[in-house]
Amino acid sequence: MASEAIANPEPKTNYLTNGYGLKSWLLTTDHKRIALLYLISVTIFFFLGGFFAMLIRLELLTPQGDLMQADTYNKVFTMHGMIMVFFFLIPVVPAVLGNFLVPIMIGAKDLAFPRINLLSWYLYVIGGILILHCMLTGGVDTGWTFYTPFSTAFTNTKIIEAGLAVFVAGFSSIFTGLNFIVTIHRMRAPGLTWDRLPLFLWANYATSLIMILGTPVVAITIVLVAVERLFHLGVFDPKLGGDPLLFQHLFWFYSHPAVYIMILPSMGVISELITCFSRKRVFGYKFVALSSIAIAVIGFLVWAHHMFVAGISLYAAMIFSFLTFFVGVPSAVKVFNWTATLYKGSISYTTPMLYAFGFIGLFTIGGLTGLFLATLGIDVHVTDTYFVVAHFHYVMVGGVVMGYLGGMHFWWPKISGRMYPEAWAKLSALLVFVGFNLTFFPQFILGYIGMPRRYWQYPPEFQVLNVLSTAGASVLAVGYLLPMIYFLWSLRYGPIAEANPWNAAGLEWKTSSPPPTFNFDETPVVTWEAYNYDEIPPKELEVPVGS
Amino acid sequence: MSGQVDALYIYLLFVAAVMTALIFLAVTVLAIKYRRKPGVEAHQIEGSTILEIGWSVIPFGVMLTFFIWGAVLYFKERTPPADATEVYVVAKQWMWKIEHMEGQREINELHVPVGQNVKLIMTSQDVIHSFYIPAFRIKQDVLPGRYTTLWFKATKPGHYHLFCAEYCGTMHSGMGGDIVVMDPQAYAQWAAAGASAALHDTGKQLFLSLGCASCHRSDVQGRGPNLAGIFDKPVLLQDGRTVTADDNYLRESILDPTAKIVSGFKPVMPTFQGLVDEEQLNALVAYIKSLSPPAPGTAALQNAPAGAQYGNTQQQ
Repeated sequence: MASEAIANPEPKTNYLTNGYGLKSWLLTTDHKRIALLYLISVTIFFFLGGFFAMLIRLELLTPQGDLMQADTYNKVFTMHGMIMVFFFLIPVVPAVLGNFLVPIMIGAKDLAFPRINLLSWYLYVIGGILILHCMLTGGVDTGWTFYTPFSTAFTNTKIIEAGLAVFVAGFSSIFTGLNFIVTIHRMRAPGLTWDRLPLFLWANYATSLIMILGTPVVAITIVLVAVERLFHLGVFDPKLGGDPLLFQHLFWFYSHPAVYIMILPSMGVISELITCFSRKRVFGYKFVALSSIAIAVIGFLVWAHHMFVAGISLYAAMIFSFLTFFVGVPSAVKVFNWTATLYKGSISYTTPMLYAFGFIGLFTIGGLTGLFLATLGIDVHVTDTYFVVAHFHYVMVGGVVMGYLGGMHFWWPKISGRMYPEAWAKLSALLVFVGFNLTFFPQFILGYIGMPRRYWQYPPEFQVLNVLSTAGASVLAVGYLLPMIYFLWSLRYGPIAEANPWNAAGLEWKTSSPPPTFNFDETPVVTWEAYNYDEIPPKELEVPVGS
Repeated sequence: MSGQVDALYIYLLFVAAVMTALIFLAVTVLAIKYRRKPGVEAHQIEGSTILEIGWSVIPFGVMLTFFIWGAVLYFKERTPPADATEVYVVAKQWMWKIEHMEGQREINELHVPVGQNVKLIMTSQDVIHSFYIPAFRIKQDVLPGRYTTLWFKATKPGHYHLFCAEYCGTMHSGMGGDIVVMDPQAYAQWAAAGASAALHDTGKQLFLSLGCASCHRSDVQGRGPNLAGIFDKPVLLQDGRTVTADDNYLRESILDPTAKIVSGFKPVMPTFQGLVDEEQLNALVAYIKSLSPPAPGTAALQNAPAGAQYGNTQQQ
């Protein structure tokens, strides 16, 4: 069934107009409104984390520590990491795009547990308020990784409050994961079998598995840190018979799978973008779907690759190195499948597609540098240096954030009923790509020539690369600010979007833009495969009206 | 060894560059060749199991070469040669304290002779630090409560950066220094100039003054095991386990004597936790080690008077 273009202005009642006033938003159970609540809170934290990043890059313009004191710098990079990891990267794609799209993509009215969905947002907000208060009253200086015994017996910053913030936000994560798993299992529309599911759903499903299995481990670890600080039990402090390495095992057992929580949903977005803008089924659907599950499972088996020089045994290191190479294979498979999808496609260069291309390039580099780190002999040299910093920013910023921005542009008409300005959007995508590479590529070199991480001051020979990196960060900042501005602008002045401006496959495009509160007037019955672009005739215009 | 790390790195760089170029090229060429043209439709392709298997297995095969080469290098890096000269390192916020066996002490500097295997036995007084020499491509975290080791052989005289590479608080970035590699002559002069009591002599003083000798006797059976000749030998414990009496075992036995009780002895040894600092512990451990015959190739060091002649160390 071809999409129905609704040429009229936005429908009279949609989820945005269905109820006005603060209460209708703060007590909503509509997954789409909750997604917007998350969008606002997550964006605030993104810019806060970005502000701290700017402070870091400004300090690192000169070898001396001259912009702020050492203790302040240590707090700044800690807060940058904590905010970006726990309050942006982990929730962003599932809680914003996932919450909005998962029910619609499966043809349901809402998630399985709408009130738990709202609760998950409140938990996120409570965690957010705690971390903000913690920051405003002194902050934390342990690095986002909280290593013991520094965090349990030596620092006198507000560890317990920060830990509590993360603990609470963790439950937001767990409830989202729970909701998604039950929804995807139990609420698919008639005819929507697992092998017809859009890959965005497979990705969120795999992510949800990690969320519910992994997050409790970091929660308990935080409790142990708090208990150690308060009661000196001797869990981690060797003077009391404890083991500082135990903390690292517990922490990384969650925090490694956590990075797959961050990347998998973004990979799901890329599958949606590449298929739509090549007008093709994805190449190797089953392999891409199962690779998400493989990443989730194997991702639990590699945590000690963060500990190759920490004091673990030689043989443990070898096992974890081997397994780490193993987890790289499904990610590589995805990249190959997306590239193969382009073959004999009909490709248009819209902003979402540009972000998808950027993702493929940057994630490839980020993933390959992960192999350097998995290689034991090399890791000894580059671990704890800027090489690692560059690696994880390539996969998290070059990967997760690019996927997120691509998805935001793709689904913006569906979410808001308006189109964003295409020319400005393309410019921003370019600025992001260039700025990003200029910021982080020099850091690979900095790491290999020996600059350790978390350094407030450094020897002068590292300055030139640091200056390049800071210059790149300024460009990147502009690239991120522009979408903030034009998305807001489009809410009032953007051209009104039709139901399916991209002529895309997927159930979300069969309902109006924006959708009505209960998503569909009638429960759809699915009789087609995912990405059935052979059944959807192309449109005259490549780019939607009004760019 | 640093040359080997660089060689492995260049190999990976090459493969990564090729892979990146291939992907970039493929995406660019395909994106241009198959850009949307009016009237031309996309060609639906399900997939190809052969390709999937191919591009899973072949990359994994290449990755295995990375793994094997990296693991071999790592094994060598973590296996100090038996003849290595030992140097004790105590890390603290925010400095490195170095103690040579002949008694020379340094802060934030480590003097070594060129061409000599050097093994660092390291512990921390407070939090986790990490001993990092970028020029030698090696690094090892330094933990409180245990010894970790790092070894190297410098091949060229000069000064090389020493950094702390594990975030440890306020002056983490100020906890640096130099590895000073000297010609054997120059090193011998330096060592002679700074010599004080050899570490194991200091240890012997402590062994007597702390009362260890009253139980750990070598003439008759005492309340504690005879410590002569026990270093690096297997020890049978009360609970049936057998462990090796290495540096960490000796250190633990002083601080937590009931952790590993030797078979046939009663748990009567008091703990010295809080009564000895890290440097005194190092001296005691060095003394106990000196009661064992030296490992092959280190004879010149162990029995040498202050100001050892490193230039004469035999080849291994």
